[in-house]
Amino acid sequence: MKRLLQIEFIKLWNNRASRILIISYFALLTSIALIAAIHFKIGPIDFHLAEQGIFNFPYIWHFNTYVTAIFKLFLAIVIVSMMSNEYSNKTIKQNLIDGLSKKEFIASKFLTVLSFAGISTVFVFLVSMILGLIYSDYTAVSIIFSDLGFLLAFFVKLVGFFSFCLFLGVLVKRSAFALGFLILWAILEQITYGILGWKFVSWETAQQIKNFFPLESMANLIKEPVSRLNAVQSVAEQIGETLKLDYQLHVYEFGITLVWTALFVYWSYALLKRRDL
Amino acid sequence: METILTVTNLTKKFGPLTAVKNLSFHIEKGNVYGILGPNGSGKSTTLGIVLNVVNRTSGSFSWFNGTTSTHEALKKVGAIIERPNFYPYMTAVQNLQLVCRIKEVPRERIREKLELVGLWERRNSKFKTYSLGMKQRLAIASALLNNPEILILDEPTNGLDPQGIHQIRELIKHIAAQGTTILLASHLLDEVEKVCTHVVILRKGENLYTGKVDEMLASHGFFELKAAEPEKLKTFLQGRSEFSRFTEENGLLTAYLETPMEADTLNALCFENGIRLSHLVKRKESLEQQFLTLTNHAAPAGV
Repeated sequence: MKRLLQIEFIKLWNNRASRILIISYFALLTSIALIAAIHFKIGPIDFHLAEQGIFNFPYIWHFNTYVTAIFKLFLAIVIVSMMSNEYSNKTIKQNLIDGLSKKEFIASKFLTVLSFAGISTVFVFLVSMILGLIYSDYTAVSIIFSDLGFLLAFFVKLVGFFSFCLFLGVLVKRSAFALGFLILWAILEQITYGILGWKFVSWETAQQIKNFFPLESMANLIKEPVSRLNAVQSVAEQIGETLKLDYQLHVYEFGITLVWTALFVYWSYALLKRRDL
Repeated sequence: METILTVTNLTKKFGPLTAVKNLSFHIEKGNVYGILGPNGSGKSTTLGIVLNVVNRTSGSFSWFNGTTSTHEALKKVGAIIERPNFYPYMTAVQNLQLVCRIKEVPRERIREKLELVGLWERRNSKFKTYSLGMKQRLAIASALLNNPEILILDEPTNGLDPQGIHQIRELIKHIAAQGTTILLASHLLDEVEKVCTHVVILRKGENLYTGKVDEMLASHGFFELKAAEPEKLKTFLQGRSEFSRFTEENGLLTAYLETPMEADTLNALCFENGIRLSHLVKRKESLEQQFLTLTNHAAPAGV
């Protein structure tokens, strides 16, 4: 396993574009701390975002995992190109001739995906912990370590998304087209949902079906955290609306994403095995 | 003798096209083999199959008597298929470090192999800055990293300038002289003739001949003859059993030998029978002519 990771590390780290993107990604993950600096005064209003409760334990786990997941697109580019470059440089052929088995080849890519997701999770954990310790109103150990499930959801979400990117890289073999396909797919999920709800089934059923789509299932893992904020809740109450949102993590949502992950990795392997190079 | 590779009834179809048809051969340790055939005869496909990058339709192959899995066996093989494939943004040393990891061999060998192919000076240049000849030499260095039991080269001199061709051939000879088994695919006949001891000849995916290069055609050569009375000469020669066939062009009679005969014997023979020759040359068919003869003979009727 160490050998497979080392192989992938040599390929990635010596590529300047990948290296810059990876460094930028982790820099951006850290930059979520800059939200704490949002602070402005308009007349009598002294608005300091960090004081609005977004960095309160355990809410911070939800908020930070939701926000930082947006940056995953940077790594998506790295992962799609690390796969498709093997095709355009024909190095995949040479790797196999040199004695890497097709299974090992996919394994080395998937291990890299796991590492990226793992390191991201650790990063988000550390940044959130530091921010929380500085700004949180509650710092009891039992509160700090509650709701850590969001970190697990973050990890699973990234693994699922990157596996999808990996599969697209194998399927399309060209990085630009693979990324285009990724965007197209995201749109297709919405369109399918729209058509289903409009013509065929009720909107509730359409939503339930949509929950099984790969990108939607990943998005469902961590739901938007903003409406949980006290400030937002009180505004809603003032206009006579009670926001009832299900922001909890659900085991079946993990299940859907994990099944997709397994399928993407298996399909990548099956494609590689079936194709002549 | 130790068998390195056995190929049995291998067939590969690309849709309606049969690229390799029922091919069988085996490779013994210590020889230099050539796979010879025109473009599109299935050489690269055959190599692709045994190297695990092309899926076979039917038939089988086994490395080292089938004692290991194909990808484990490939760690004891050095192979280059078609163009050298490396990561363009990495230097020679970085590329070879990667290969060392894949083949699980110590990195200390990188220097030795780069010096062998004369690239040590350029070790820190990126692969994309290399000329084609340098890329090909780097590929050979890479294939040799594991001190392979067999070195497989597919068209190693394709696209190179004469100097590059010479360098690569010298390198191959040097490696062969050290006792490494070599399998060389080529459409260049003189390349095979110069380098190989054994040959497998393919045409449209079919095996035409397997065996030693010098036994390829039981050819004893031919005479080019001219005489003042060409008709008399021809009639005389046609009456003799040593010759199989004749061609005539611009008054030059070419007589192909069925059994061995020296030029002086023929000269004496003609003179004794009252024919005086004005031109007498004995030639051996080049491998190229033999190859064309062989492929023509095997051509299906109507082609």
